[in-house]
Amino acid sequence: MLKILKSGLQTTVQDLGRTGFQKYGVIASGAMDPFAHRLANLLVGNNEQAATLEITLVGPAIQFTEDALIAVCGGDLSPKVDGSTVRTWQTLAVRKGNTLTFGEPRVGARCYLAIAGGINVQKVMDSRSTYLRAGIGGFQGRALEKGDELPVGQASLQQKVLQHSEKGFDWLLPPARYFEEPVIRMMPGRQFDLFDEASKARIFQEAFAVSPNSDRMGYRLEGPCLALETPAELISEAVAFGSVQVPGDGNPIVLLADRQTTGGYPKIGQVASVDLPLISQLKQGQQLRFKKISMADAQQRWIEQEQSIRQIKAAIQLKWEEWT
Amino acid sequence: MNPSFSPLGDQAIVIELGNEINEQTEQLVKKVSALLESRKPAWMVEFIPAFTTVTVFYDPCIATYDNVRTELTELLTHLGEDRAVESRTVEIPVCYGGEFGPDLELVAQHNGLTPREVIDIHTSGDYSVNMIGFAPGFPFLRGMSERIAAPRRDSPRLRIPERTVGIAGMQTGVYPIETPGGWQLIGRTPLRLFLPENSIPSLLRAGDKVIFKEISEDDYCAWEEHPDVENP
Repeated sequence: MLKILKSGLQTTVQDLGRTGFQKYGVIASGAMDPFAHRLANLLVGNNEQAATLEITLVGPAIQFTEDALIAVCGGDLSPKVDGSTVRTWQTLAVRKGNTLTFGEPRVGARCYLAIAGGINVQKVMDSRSTYLRAGIGGFQGRALEKGDELPVGQASLQQKVLQHSEKGFDWLLPPARYFEEPVIRMMPGRQFDLFDEASKARIFQEAFAVSPNSDRMGYRLEGPCLALETPAELISEAVAFGSVQVPGDGNPIVLLADRQTTGGYPKIGQVASVDLPLISQLKQGQQLRFKKISMADAQQRWIEQEQSIRQIKAAIQLKWEEWT
Repeated sequence: MNPSFSPLGDQAIVIELGNEINEQTEQLVKKVSALLESRKPAWMVEFIPAFTTVTVFYDPCIATYDNVRTELTELLTHLGEDRAVESRTVEIPVCYGGEFGPDLELVAQHNGLTPREVIDIHTSGDYSVNMIGFAPGFPFLRGMSERIAAPRRDSPRLRIPERTVGIAGMQTGVYPIETPGGWQLIGRTPLRLFLPENSIPSLLRAGDKVIFKEISEDDYCAWEEHPDVENP
């Protein structure tokens, strides 16, 4: 079990999201940085879909009631176990009674805590992700609060052997590279051609800053004002993780994990799936730039990423067999 | 029908079935959805139907955009073969006005009607669900009389209770969950539109016919106390 001693800014249970229910208007939710979420799970021997805790900027304090195998991936929010700094992107064995705390957000905005066996809250519509607005999924449909006690799933035999092992874990994954001012690869959106010439040029030339009015639903960007060639009423259609839509005020919004299923604003772009974590890890005020990528290229990068995740998975499996 | 295809990023494809909202396109959207539902191609992750489009999300590690487009083109040639999906009629009981519908008076004034007339017009319409979106189980309804149309509020309310029935422009709808919003609120239904515990979590589906029926506050309260009896 995980005991929450301090809630942190916004700590929620997430997995890879609620798939198959968007046609009923149910938002996908899920980890904002799915790459970090998946690798954290792999490091503790879970499947990639297992639920983790998404920890945002100011981390919680969490006490473990049993020996456990954990991993923290994503941004570096200065994790400590019983006061000693621990590394991110590494398998860690914690003991019964140990407390995990966080400090200064050094790199990125959020990280994922995976525990062997996964966070075992009830599935709602086939997912353990928290859907804050509807108050369902995750732990009681809300962000964690002091005093909450989260159930942990059954660890496999191999996981159990390791969590009681006195051996250290002397290797770690190369951390994902989150940048201070990232260049985000973006495909032209479905309504790209409806924008005026100046907007079509500026979106790929100038810098945009993440507005304070940003959350898991979307990041609002501030920068050059974008406009359509001629005003148009669009018919609402599906949007996706990373759709960049431009409402009437001319400031683009990058839609993220808690996006609505459909939208009627023109989409100037669509962020390449491999670069979504770079956006999700930005803090308010940070800047980004967009760079054009073709759909075929973006798809190729994704396929390559998936191949490398499979390799990492195989390498971790080998290490595990060495240990146990 | 000549559907056109275009990418929505690197993991979704949009099938465009028309360029205006009408019944014919709505039927096509419904048929394509039913076809996808029954065939379930291996690369399909999920799909989102809208007014004139069906967007299919896929796994590019199984099929690239070009493969998906080719397969969808082939699949759509079977469109006529699956039996037409029957449309259901769902009755939505509404307690109008009062605390549940604080803007009923305003909608009446705006149209030079009495609140009674607004209710009569709202309950006599034949509505059909264009699509589900915006919020879980939220129906975009076609068929409201323009005699009770009313503009959105200048400043949206921060909290609209779940199950509130509203009007915005030519549209009427029901908020399934508590949410901020700018619609004019005319009543509330005891019926739950979002059912997260069900395998199909939305009471309404695209293509359904909807009838609004007026109920008294007593009926409303009785219904709320015994929701299991009436809620399918």
